[in-house]
Amino acid sequence: MAGTEVRPSQRLPPCLLCKDCFLFLCVNKHRPMHRSSRTLHLRDLRARMNFKNLREYLAWLYYQYLLITGIYVLEPWEKSIFNSILFSAIAMVVYTSYVFVPIHVRLALEFFLGIFGGQLESTMALMT
Amino acid sequence: MATTAADGNLKPYLRKNGVKCEHIGKNGYHNHKEKNGQGTGVASRRHKHEPFEQAPMYVAVLTYLGFGIVTLFGYLRDFLRAVGLEKCNIAQEREKQKDFVPLYQDFENFYTRNLYMRVRDNWNRPICSLPGPVFDLMERVSDDYNWTFRFTGKTIHDVINMGSYNYLGFAENNADFLKTVADKVRQYGVGVCSTRQEIGNLSIHEELEQLVANFLGVESAMTYGMGFATNSMNIPALVGKGCLILSDELNHTSLILGARLSGATIRVFKHNNMQSLEKMLKEAVCSGQPRTHRPWKKILIVVEGIYSMEGSVVRLPEVIALKKKYKAYLYLDEAHSIGAVGQTGRGVTELFNVNTADVDVMMGTFTKSFGASGGYIAGKKELVDYLRTHSHSAVYATAMSPPATEQIIRAMKCIMGKDGSTEGMRRIRQLAENAKYFRSRLKEMGFIIYGNDDSPVVPVLLYMPAKVVAFAREMLARKIGVVVVGFPATPITEARARFCVSAAHTRDMLNQVLDCMNEVGDLLCLKFSRRKYSPQPDLCDETDFELDS
Repeated sequence: MAGTEVRPSQRLPPCLLCKDCFLFLCVNKHRPMHRSSRTLHLRDLRARMNFKNLREYLAWLYYQYLLITGIYVLEPWEKSIFNSILFSAIAMVVYTSYVFVPIHVRLALEFFLGIFGGQLESTMALMT
Repeated sequence: MATTAADGNLKPYLRKNGVKCEHIGKNGYHNHKEKNGQGTGVASRRHKHEPFEQAPMYVAVLTYLGFGIVTLFGYLRDFLRAVGLEKCNIAQEREKQKDFVPLYQDFENFYTRNLYMRVRDNWNRPICSLPGPVFDLMERVSDDYNWTFRFTGKTIHDVINMGSYNYLGFAENNADFLKTVADKVRQYGVGVCSTRQEIGNLSIHEELEQLVANFLGVESAMTYGMGFATNSMNIPALVGKGCLILSDELNHTSLILGARLSGATIRVFKHNNMQSLEKMLKEAVCSGQPRTHRPWKKILIVVEGIYSMEGSVVRLPEVIALKKKYKAYLYLDEAHSIGAVGQTGRGVTELFNVNTADVDVMMGTFTKSFGASGGYIAGKKELVDYLRTHSHSAVYATAMSPPATEQIIRAMKCIMGKDGSTEGMRRIRQLAENAKYFRSRLKEMGFIIYGNDDSPVVPVLLYMPAKVVAFAREMLARKIGVVVVGFPATPITEARARFCVSAAHTRDMLNQVLDCMNEVGDLLCLKFSRRKYSPQPDLCDETDFELDS
């Protein structure tokens, strides 16, 4: 740990995702910096996990998913069952949103434009 | 549970009439307190700082999620076993006896069958050397997902031991130190073959009891062969029906078992929470026994010196003040704190500068800091004489064996300095230093740690069940042996890894462990602490001042 280069002016920004939200896929735990070089040293080390390529990073993400859902303790065939159920559920959500969200958005826009459009028309009618 | 403890510790205490509570930070001013004159100012201020930090909300949610998913799969597997699609490895009724009253309660074992069995390679690992600061493990693998194990024949050498209760490093096999033990084995043999009351009272036992009484600064002491049996068999001898036991929430199983065996009424107060204790004492004194309202025959407050799952230290001065005010008795279990805390290793009474005559029953074990086995009860002469005749452990249990007794004698003499060297004091100082260093570095890294800054027991919270298992495996892969604790021993959302720092650990070993913790903490995302922590400069080994410019 000794002798690692640290740029003293480096301030890692506070992570907007970490605090109290449900997005746990935060790779780097950012913290506000202290003056002491030793803490700087440690914080920087803490924030770094050396991923050589995208594949390693994705493997680490999969590992986190296994740990967080608790699948890590199950046997491989149980893992496959859970993954396929989850994947098909997500696929269905994506498909449904692809099919229906544009329609719903269009209807909503029409509804709101109808209200404001109506207001504009009645205002114009009053003025003329 | 942790929340109330946290609130109780961090809120400033209200000044009630005569209640001896202290505000954190405002100390040293005791004009109408009847505490034992010696200044408890500095000691109390330092020892009050016991944060029980809570993890962010998403951690609790994800923990429940993990347990929920594994439970669902547990139901699936149970169904497959019931239908016959899968072989059942766990004990089952015989076919002919299926109509009888069930012997193996199916649901109670649900957790064992479906969660513990999957991951039980992290517990009960066989050790094949002395449990010193490093040890050797036998390598074992499982072919059927941990239902059965087989040994590969290889040994994993020099694994750093962070789980043994070896606080002062007396678990050693150095021939010089153990010379007296070898001599005593030649003199007395190894087995005693009798109980203390019959023919098993050896002169070495008398010597040990005299030494223990001197060490603790009390009138008299009695030793027993087993630490658990000391608690569970002596509490029934002290209290009975018609008495009240006020026991801390997080007391050890031996105390709970002893309390239940005694037949007294048990009431539980919140962990280390003096308001809760006082409320119960007031109510007990005012209302008396439940239906008849007769006064209680005895009120016994049962607390521990250091709680082994949290690493927190009891608030001894306040408990003593309360006990004096309400005229109750105090039973202090110093299993983890004797030898491990205090300036000269005398335990929490020395840590808080409290008169030992104020604690009615001092109990402790020799398993942790002295590297032997057994327990003791110490106090006034009348108490110990009474226990010699009325305690089940004294009357029926085999006496302590001579080598264990001599080991305790030599360890105690070493701590007291009676063997002519400063080894004891060096070890105590080393332990205190190691504990402080380890704790502060872990906090700096961002882990959530429970407990008092002085205690050598360091629980690191891991929360999620899969992370607990992965943590143990990753640490073993890096040649560090840790103890992880999960659901039945801790609350369901607070699984933890418990580190026991020892005086035998060198700074290098601790640094190695800390580096691995850092790596594993990043790999598994275990650094949940949201607190800003500034380290104290005297704890740093290196000064990297050139990096600041």
